[in-house]
Order: sequence, then structure tokens, then C-alpha cells
Amino acid sequence: MPDADHSPDSARLLVTNQPGEVDRAQDQIVAAAERHHYPKASIFALRLSLQEAVSNAFRHGHKALPPTTPVTIDYDVGDSRIRVAVQDQGPGFDPSSVPDPTLETNLEIPSGRGLFLMKAYMESLTYNPSGNRLEMVYRHPGNEGG
Amino acid sequence: MPPAESRIRVKRQDNVTQVEFVDRNILDEANIQMIGEDISRLIDAETNPKLVISFANVEHLSSAALGTLITINNRIRTRSGQLRLANIDPQIYEVFVITRLNKLFQIHESVDEAVKSLA
Repeated sequence: MPDADHSPDSARLLVTNQPGEVDRAQDQIVAAAERHHYPKASIFALRLSLQEAVSNAFRHGHKALPPTTPVTIDYDVGDSRIRVAVQDQGPGFDPSSVPDPTLETNLEIPSGRGLFLMKAYMESLTYNPSGNRLEMVYRHPGNEGG
Repeated sequence: MPPAESRIRVKRQDNVTQVEFVDRNILDEANIQMIGEDISRLIDAETNPKLVISFANVEHLSSAALGTLITINNRIRTRSGQLRLANIDPQIYEVFVITRLNKLFQIHESVDEAVKSLA
């Protein structure tokens, strides 16, 4: 993986669940976004969503797979929008089956907020039909019309 | 392999345990699990624990961190204790608002205010 400061604007990354690997992938994508002058709030949204997407891929998608099984991250950072796709090698899931964590009855349940947060911060989230590939799109707040 | 260094700093003052985070990013699940275990030990060491968690240095957190805070809150309540959160950056506070966890936790502007609320 290249140094984050010299990261490309688009690339495919294979990330395993080993210490530091997810951080390095995040740093690389964030560095590309910073070069394209995305503001601090965008970087916050991007880092949070990347973390949630990759965590879900390992925790749920790869639950029954060795930790060395990689998740694939495809990213493309442009001036007006960022696209990130995270694909795991698990059986997939039905995103509509995830309960709303903000319901009074769910507030004290420790898990189940990742997808909800990604929906809140990204412009769009799209799963493939089998539910093991998530594509997220974030639009630059200064380029709403573009 | 030596034991991993704790990711929290702990201060004890006026019967209140104050915790702050070493890292700016509370994202990594292994670190978050370790933080949860460290704080759980602090809770279990007391009857009626009073705990203030400061987010003064924190710039990013994940849903796993929120989950650990909920677990900590539940643990404190089973021991008839009280939890306060403080010094939360506006962007992180927004995460609490989006998830409605600002309704679950008592959040204060500063550690001093949080400590006073426990008096």
C-alpha cells in the first residue's frame, strides 16, 4: 500500500483484519479526499463510514472465515464526489432486516448502529443483490449542483 | 508479547473517577474492546461508582465505541452508579444526536460541570 501522502485518487485495496491495515486503508482514502479539498466535516463522515463498512464486512460477512481473508475496497475520489465500494467474501445479508437503533426499545442495545450512521452521512448506499457489496457515494458539500 | 498499553488515562478526584482517551480516533475494534475492559474494571472496583468520561482529545469515533459506552452505562446502573460524558466535540455530538443517544446519556460541556452534577 503506498504512503498515504502519495496515494492515488482511485485504487483497489485488499485489506485483512490485522492491526493497522484498516487504518492504513482509511488514511489513504482520506489523504486523497484532503487533496481534493473536502472539508473537515466531510473527512469526519468519510472516516466514520469507511470504519463502519469495513467493520461490518469483517464482523458479519467474514464471521466464519479466517481473519486473513481480505475485504476489497474500491475507491474513487473526485472533486465533486467520492465513491467507495466495500466487498466481503461472506454470504451477504438483507440490509432491510436491520432494526432501527433509534427506537426507544433499541436505544440500550450496544450494537446495530453502523448501517444507520452510514445512511445518515452518505448521499447514497447501495447493496448488490446478494448483500455482500456496499457502494457508498459522498458528494462534496460545495458541489451540490454538480 | 508485552501487555498492550492502556488507551485511557484515569484520575480520581472527590469520589469521582475521571477517564479520558489517549487516542484521537476511537475507531479500532480491538482498542475499543480494551478500553471497555479497562473501564469495566474501574466500575467493578467500586460500589455506587461515579464516572466521568471526557472526550476532550477525541476527533473520530465509531458505532463500536458507542456500543461500548452503552455497555458501560448498563454496567454502572447495575452497580447503582452514575455516568456522565463531557467535552464532546460538536461533530461527535452530532453522532449522539443522530443515534438519539444524547437522550440516553447525560452529557455536559466540561468535566467540571459533569463532576458537579454528581455531587
